This record gives sequence, C-alpha cells and structure tokens, in this order.
Amino acid sequence: MARFTRGFAGRGRANRDPRLPPGQYDTGHSWPVLTAEVTPRLDIATWTFRIEGLVERPTTWTWDEMHAFPPSTYSGDIHCVTTWSKLGVNFTGVSLDTLLDAVGVQTNATHVLAFSHTAYTTNLPLADVTGGKAWVAWDFDGRPLEPQHGGPARLLVPHLYFWKSAKFVAGLRVLDHDEPGFWEQNGYHDRGDPWLEQRYQGD
Amino acid sequence: MTAHAPSAKLWQNARVVAIRPETARAKTFRFALTERSAHLAGQHYVVRLTAPDGYTAARSYSIASAPDESPEFELTVERLDGGEVSTFLHDDVTVGDELEIRGPIGGWFVWNGDSPALLVGGGSGVVPLMAMLRLARRTDMSGLVRLVVSVRTPDDLYYADEIVGPETRLIYTRATPPAFSRPPARLARDDIPQPFAPGVRAYVCGSSGFADAASDVLVAAGMPTERIRVERFGPTG
Repeated sequence: MARFTRGFAGRGRANRDPRLPPGQYDTGHSWPVLTAEVTPRLDIATWTFRIEGLVERPTTWTWDEMHAFPPSTYSGDIHCVTTWSKLGVNFTGVSLDTLLDAVGVQTNATHVLAFSHTAYTTNLPLADVTGGKAWVAWDFDGRPLEPQHGGPARLLVPHLYFWKSAKFVAGLRVLDHDEPGFWEQNGYHDRGDPWLEQRYQGD
Repeated sequence: MTAHAPSAKLWQNARVVAIRPETARAKTFRFALTERSAHLAGQHYVVRLTAPDGYTAARSYSIASAPDESPEFELTVERLDGGEVSTFLHDDVTVGDELEIRGPIGGWFVWNGDSPALLVGGGSGVVPLMAMLRLARRTDMSGLVRLVVSVRTPDDLYYADEIVGPETRLIYTRATPPAFSRPPARLARDDIPQPFAPGVRAYVCGSSGFADAASDVLVAAGMPTERIRVERFGPTG
C-alpha cells in the first residue's frame, strides 16, 4: 500500500539523526515509562539474579556478588517499539558474556527467556545476548537506575526494541528452543530488531 | 490471554466517517473498515501517516468503542503540542480522509467482558476503559464493572454525556462541577469502590505518574499486585 496521506508532509527529516531507526523519533531529555505491571519496590539486600536451564552450573548471585564482576558500560542509543528513541545514553552493569561464561552454557542452547521479579518475561536468541550485546545494568548516566525504569537492575539489550530489556530482571532461563515471553504472546515480534522495524508478529 | 492474542494484521485503509470533540484537546475519530473491526476492549490500533516521499510516522491509539459486529470503530486522540501525528490528526484530517491503520494490537490490557473488572483511569487514560464500559453496557454486564475516572477539571472529562452512570465514580483533582460533594483532591483509598468482587481484576490507565499513584492506592485498598494490569500513556505524539 504505497499511497500517501493527504496533506501529510512530515517534518524534521532533513536533519534526521542517522542514529534513528525507521519510524522512530528522538525523545530528547525525556524518558517515557511503559510498564504493564505495578512498579515493584525491590530491596537490594534481598535482590538476586539467577541463570538456570541449559547451563553447567545454575547460579544465583546476590547484589554484592553481581557487583564483584568487572563492570561494563554501554554508551549508545535505545529504541522503544512505541516509536521513541533515546540517543547517547550510558548504562553500567555487568556484561551477560561474563555471567554466561561463569555458568557455562551447554552446546545445545539456542535461546534464553529472561524473567523479572514481577511476572514479566521476554525471549531472546542466545546470539543476541552474547558477544558484547547485552548487560544486566544498574546505573544510568552514572546514577542508580530508578524503579520506574526497571531498577534496581534491568536487562539491557540495546540493539533490540526496549521491551526486550526486561525491567526488574531476576534471571535468565537458557533453552534449546524459542519460548515467547509476555509481549511476544501478546502480538509483538519474537526478535524485535528496530532497524528492520520488527514491531509486531508478522513483521 | 494467549488464545486471544491477535497476530497484528497488515496495514489497511480506514476511512474517517465522523470527528467529534471530547474536550478542548481531544477528539474522537470514527473510522470505517471494509470488514468488521475485530477488536477487544482495551486494544489499540496503529495509525500511520505517509508523506509523498515515503517518510512515515506512526503512533498507537486506544480504541474507545466497544467490540461489536460493526466495521466501524473509534479512536480518541489527545492533541500533544509538537506531536507529529496527533497534531496532524487534529488539524488536518477531515471526514472522508483515508488513513492507514494496523491492528487491533494488544492481548494484555484487555477485558473480555465476562469477569469482574475495576477500571481506574486518569485523564486521557480513560479511553481503553471506555471501550470496556461500553462493552459492559452493550452486553448488559454493567454489574461486572466499576469505573473510577480522575480528571483535573470538568472540562477535561472525556465522554462526559455518556460516562456517568451507576458504574462510574468521578474524581476531580483541581476543580469540581458546582455542588459536587467531593472536594478536589487526588485519588485516594476512599475513592476505590469496595468490597472487591471475587476474582476482580484491576485495569489502571493513565500517565506513568497516575498509574503508579493509582496502583499504590489499589494495593493499599487490598488489591493484590498481580491482579493489577497497567497501561501507561506516554507522550508519544
């Protein structure tokens, strides 16, 4: 359907930032909040992160144990399926490579299901959370991540739409198959590459 | 929910058949499809605008009309200053225009019309809840639904002529209509209708700040957090 909308010229694309994927706009200093559940108040004294499933050593780490790993920072952009992007942000946490190396992923693993301290889940190919592409993040621009943005810690997979970066992340289940998560069961794409506009099932 | 999860359909044309103001900043657009709009109460459609050179801008808007057998449906759109899509819809679209839409989308913030529901909406967040209220009324299931709507002033209330009824409790935070018994104040525990019906599910929709505040009030009133579904309206103009 290649037709255009009567009277619509669009704006701003002469100066459109090349960091913006198709269909996205720059939200600037704001950071919209989109969460489908009640924002939980999680205590770092009892907070844990776990990796289970197809791994050699299923492991649960405390807040302090997670912080004992070498820190890793992502500096770049994030993209929400609701069409905003936030450019030039900095998250610090631990690389998932570090954690997955620590537990030893079995050779038949292909996907992970991330789960949160709420009932939230999201599915990801293993290849999208390894090779320096994913983190458990707890600092945003040098400050502790706020609860409305998923604090005390969230998954960070910035090359995919941001619903994949599960807020309040509690762990990963390593699987040998793809298992749709919360939004993926509700009409959203299983992978969610913003540069391919993989917003909904069928894209 | 999974059984009802739609696979979002491809883009299709929808013709604008009516436009009416809800408030100074919100309009309802009635669209006609070539076939039945197979939406559930609480879902949204994506509206996409395309410029002659192929540039597009798309935003999601909640469906305000109840599911029925009709090929028509309604979206209520708040005009956000600087919002590329909402300003175009408000300022440029007229009856007879065809717009591209996609959907209906969403399988979480959905009420199927057959279980008790407590609906709590702030400002423009009332839109998907209105679809639920309309569904309840259309199917004579109003007894299942309680709706609490919080607005700043009477001028900010959507669907003012229709929304009032035995299901509905109105909350004004800044200014009330004349002779309104409740003084202007933010949503509080006493505003939540109780007791809760067995198996009730709460649907909270509004700005993120409203959603958090309303969720806190519901939890304080005894609603289990896992019974609360939240839809946050961001400034995605």
